Amino acid sequence: MIGAGLTIVGLLLVLSLAAAVLPNGPKSPVVVYGASTALCSVLATIGFAVLAASADPVGLILPIGLPWLGAHFRIDGLSAFFLLLLGIGGAAASLYAIGYGRHEHEPHRTLPFYPGFLGAMAVVILSDDAFTFLLSWEVMSLLSWALVLTHHRAEDTRQAGYLYLVMAGFGTMVLLLAFGLMAGSGGSYDFAAIRETGRNEMLAAAVLMLMLLGAGSKAGLMPMHVWLPVAHPAAPSHVSALMSGVMTKVAIYGFVRVVFDLLGPLPWWASPVVIVAGALTAVIGILFAINDGDGKRVLAWSTIENVGIIFAGLGLAVAFRANAMPGLAALAMTAALIHAMNHMLFKSLLFMVAGAVLNATGRRDLDALGGLIHRMPVTAALALVGVTAISALPPLNGFVSEWLMFQSVLQSPQLAQPGLQFLVPAAGGVLALTAALAATAFVRFFGVIFLGRARSDPAAAASEVDRWSLGAMAGLAALCILAGVLPGLLIDFVGPAVEIASGDRLVSQTSNAWFTLVPLPQIDSSYSGFLVMAFVAIVGGGAAWTVHRIASRGVRRGPAWDCGFPNADPITQYGAGSFAQPIRRSFGPVVAARETVFMPPPGDPSAARHAASTTDLAWRHLYTPLIALVGALATRANSLQFLTIRRYLSLVFGTLILLLVGLATWN
Amino acid sequence: MPDLAFDIAHMLAGSLVLVSFMMIYQDRLSALLNTFALQALLLAAAVGWQAYIQGASHLYASAGIALVFKAIIVPWALHKMIQRLGIHREVETVVGVVPTMLAGMGLVALSILLMLQLTETAESALAREDLAFSLSVILLGMLMMVTRRNAVSQVVGFMSLENGLILATTGAQGMPFVVEISVAFSVLIAMIVIGVFLFRIRERFDSVDTEAIEHFRGEKRS
Amino acid sequence: MELIGNLLLQGVQMFLVLVLAPGLTGLVRKAKARLTRRRGASVLQPYRDLWRLMQKEVILADNASWLFRVSPYMIVAATWVAASLVPTFAIGLEFSWTADFIAIVALLGSARFFLALAGMDVGTSFGGIGSSREMMIGAFAEPAMLLVVFTVSLVAGSTQLSNVVAFMQSDAVGVRVSLAMALVALVIVALAENARIPVDNPATHLELTMVHEAMVLEYSGRHLAMIELAASLKLLLYVALIGAIFLPFGIGPAGTGFAGLAAGLVFFLVKLVGGGLLLAVLETSVAKMRVFRVAEFLGAALMLGLLGTLLLFVSRSL
Repeated sequence: MIGAGLTIVGLLLVLSLAAAVLPNGPKSPVVVYGASTALCSVLATIGFAVLAASADPVGLILPIGLPWLGAHFRIDGLSAFFLLLLGIGGAAASLYAIGYGRHEHEPHRTLPFYPGFLGAMAVVILSDDAFTFLLSWEVMSLLSWALVLTHHRAEDTRQAGYLYLVMAGFGTMVLLLAFGLMAGSGGSYDFAAIRETGRNEMLAAAVLMLMLLGAGSKAGLMPMHVWLPVAHPAAPSHVSALMSGVMTKVAIYGFVRVVFDLLGPLPWWASPVVIVAGALTAVIGILFAINDGDGKRVLAWSTIENVGIIFAGLGLAVAFRANAMPGLAALAMTAALIHAMNHMLFKSLLFMVAGAVLNATGRRDLDALGGLIHRMPVTAALALVGVTAISALPPLNGFVSEWLMFQSVLQSPQLAQPGLQFLVPAAGGVLALTAALAATAFVRFFGVIFLGRARSDPAAAASEVDRWSLGAMAGLAALCILAGVLPGLLIDFVGPAVEIASGDRLVSQTSNAWFTLVPLPQIDSSYSGFLVMAFVAIVGGGAAWTVHRIASRGVRRGPAWDCGFPNADPITQYGAGSFAQPIRRSFGPVVAARETVFMPPPGDPSAARHAASTTDLAWRHLYTPLIALVGALATRANSLQFLTIRRYLSLVFGTLILLLVGLATWN
Repeated sequence: MPDLAFDIAHMLAGSLVLVSFMMIYQDRLSALLNTFALQALLLAAAVGWQAYIQGASHLYASAGIALVFKAIIVPWALHKMIQRLGIHREVETVVGVVPTMLAGMGLVALSILLMLQLTETAESALAREDLAFSLSVILLGMLMMVTRRNAVSQVVGFMSLENGLILATTGAQGMPFVVEISVAFSVLIAMIVIGVFLFRIRERFDSVDTEAIEHFRGEKRS
Repeated sequence: MELIGNLLLQGVQMFLVLVLAPGLTGLVRKAKARLTRRRGASVLQPYRDLWRLMQKEVILADNASWLFRVSPYMIVAATWVAASLVPTFAIGLEFSWTADFIAIVALLGSARFFLALAGMDVGTSFGGIGSSREMMIGAFAEPAMLLVVFTVSLVAGSTQLSNVVAFMQSDAVGVRVSLAMALVALVIVALAENARIPVDNPATHLELTMVHEAMVLEYSGRHLAMIELAASLKLLLYVALIGAIFLPFGIGPAGTGFAGLAAGLVFFLVKLVGGGLLLAVLETSVAKMRVFRVAEFLGAALMLGLLGTLLLFVSRSL
């Protein structure tokens, strides 16, 4: 299996190189994306097969990389699950790109990097030593950076690319430090050796914090999230889908692999940090999603929110594991992993929807759209599935992971520490708030884009997108429904991955009647997505049929009523900014909302103006001072360039003495 | 385990915390005073119930004091006062209601956590819980005093703090009666002092906003 | 044979909530009218309204989409399914394990989601106002509700409503301050979710104050009937829920006989009438609050839910 996986990775890398030399014609995107689709499908199949067979871990050492280490690769349940996730996400994005890529003006800016990006992510998942892991992590970062810069002529994109590069560099540096700490003085860098090394709790907690910073910065955990809402939307939409849907999950894979598999026992007091970081990321992320006026940025902010939810679940798993409750840790871990899969499904779908809308209208700002349900009916229907799923509404898949998360929150009284007993329900409340706010954000997203009347000419003249794109979106929407209706299947499927990460797994769910979930048989809480779906469909259909049969079926079209004053101007509709107003008012301080109203003085006929803005407090209170500090230090250091030779020599000498003294005191 | 006597005591003490939160929520002075009267009423009931289950007759007296002074006389007097001042509709808050309530949640969590850890050896579960609840009420009263500008609501916050103290003393068995009287008197004295103080502020500065004094102490920067 | 009986019982429950729901709405209206010294329409008026609306033809706005036409049925279906899963006269019905308390809350969330989307579909300013405010109310009410769920299920040890009710009927409960807070929070949430005073006014058509009515402004005929039916069902659901959790007297235990079921039914009717009358008294005695005060009001419910959960640990750690 591992051999097959690495072959596919090799083929993806070869495809990258081939794309660089391919003629710049209309056929080459089709070839590259078509081949990527096929290769990703094979990756997904490999992951599927390993999980389905519950196969034993297989390792492989290739004589590349560092001469004394080689490159270690291994596939076990955990990597198979993420390989499956990558395969599905990659295949869907590539399929979508076959149609979407036709609209790219400069395909050669995307094509050479795209398959390599997929391949690098696969290597991160398959790698089994620190060197390969970090190298492929960095390659993944760099290739995605190149992809972000596709539209490099836009100033915003260049800034996003720069910010992304800085944050990615920071992340890798922190990861390097984490692996250095884990390897210890022995300096063993393959994962098997790291796993064997014993380490004390303080060291383990330090590594956890570093992983939180390093993997968190790639996944979008606050406050390392600042690059994400600018970089993800700047890329072409199929790449945005990959970055939001898949790459953040690769980062989460890195976190899970290190913290739950390699690191060994953790102290319980490490878990509140993860839980609080996750819960705050979730609620703040979704508040910004509600307040953002750019469709793709809304989705990027919502990615931050979902990453927060996943990290909250992982934090719960840490807490349960530190209390020696593997069964409950498995519940929290299952919730987190399934949410990772679900988020890949619906976030990829929604980014594709945003891309389709962008292609059809050329506009990303919500306030230029509207009424697209009439012009793009199929996209609208698929988008509806996506927004319902992401808003955690039954019977779709988002609710399943939310439900599992709440079930594990409700087990918190079993924890031994009173602090955690308090914290976890409070975090559960924050997650509930997040879910409700997510519904608000996506009513706004769907409502402003697809419903109402067109707010601009391009929106009024939009037309449905091509069949490749629709096919990819339909596939993801179908998976969303499937994962919502038959969640037991998915839970059994992630079993091997959960077992590696938490030491236990949930009881098999597929044998329950009517596809019901009963995660913990002893507490007997159950939910059946299948039956809820069936009941809603039967009752709704039945109601419609009955009413049409026995009462009336007449329909007459007329102008809108609107309390007797319908206004013909589409600008009078509620737009993105006005829809967000109640939330902006209620949560003003969190998003540093400012509303300015300009009223012309009496007698002045000029128009009144109203402007609302939000500010990321992480920028204001963390990054701006940091940038100022770096600037000041750089100015200071600048004077070092103009010293005499003697001064330079004394600097070198001083450094040498300092290092020697350090060495003397070290031992 | 269900022990009705215990449950009711628990319920009454918990309701005191609940009413403390309701006081933070109020945005009108008259409603605030009514809520305070409700809290005093609950306190009287809580103390009375303690008297009944502990069989301590002197506690009936403190329940009576709470009922007469705090639930009837003080709110009535303050109602009169704010009517005369014409400020029965306003409560000037320094921080918004929801952040204050969030802070209040944190304080309650803190006091429960603290009491559970500090009194692990205490033999009576009831005493432990009463202590946790009364510490919450005390902290919430303080929170109210620091987040309200208006002198009347600061007085109310102070007296709510006193309620917490009384709850604590009755929960712990065998507290001498002297303490009760001194507490009750201290409240009365505080009320008189602050009442006089109130009118003084009003006469001097035409406002009961305590920050108005800061102008005269040279502390206000603006 | 037993299966058929169980299915029949579940069917009775579904039918019962549907049939009683408009009556409860009518009762509240009647009681409110009497309290304000008006005579008021008959308690049966909502049934007549529904029938009349259903027989009228639908007038659709010119640019209404398929979503606008499908939503009423989705909303009524989600609400009806949720209402059928709340224990009314008996617990342990055939499909009661389909959805637990969390899922019932989320099903109501689905109904709200589609209602808000439908409000935005025609593209009028009132529809948008309604949707936006409804989602704001939902953003506070839903987490408050879930915290109530947390409190209740931490006490009862399960999120399954049948188990919760069975636990509440046992002597193991006692009087708990957490549950009192959960009750207050649930009442606040119920007022908000059902668009009742002081959050919203079900009888208003004054443009700037309406929330729920603004969303459904463009609906007419059978669609409007469905929406009204869903609103009635939701009111019944909340009254039944409060009754089942906090006043679980009389609800027949699983597998009870005919007498138990009949008694459960009588108790259920009594609870409905009592709940309706209390609601009418409450609605006539308070004033509607400003829209942006609602956030604080519901924020208080949220805090109460959280406080209830926290205080739970005081009594638990004995």
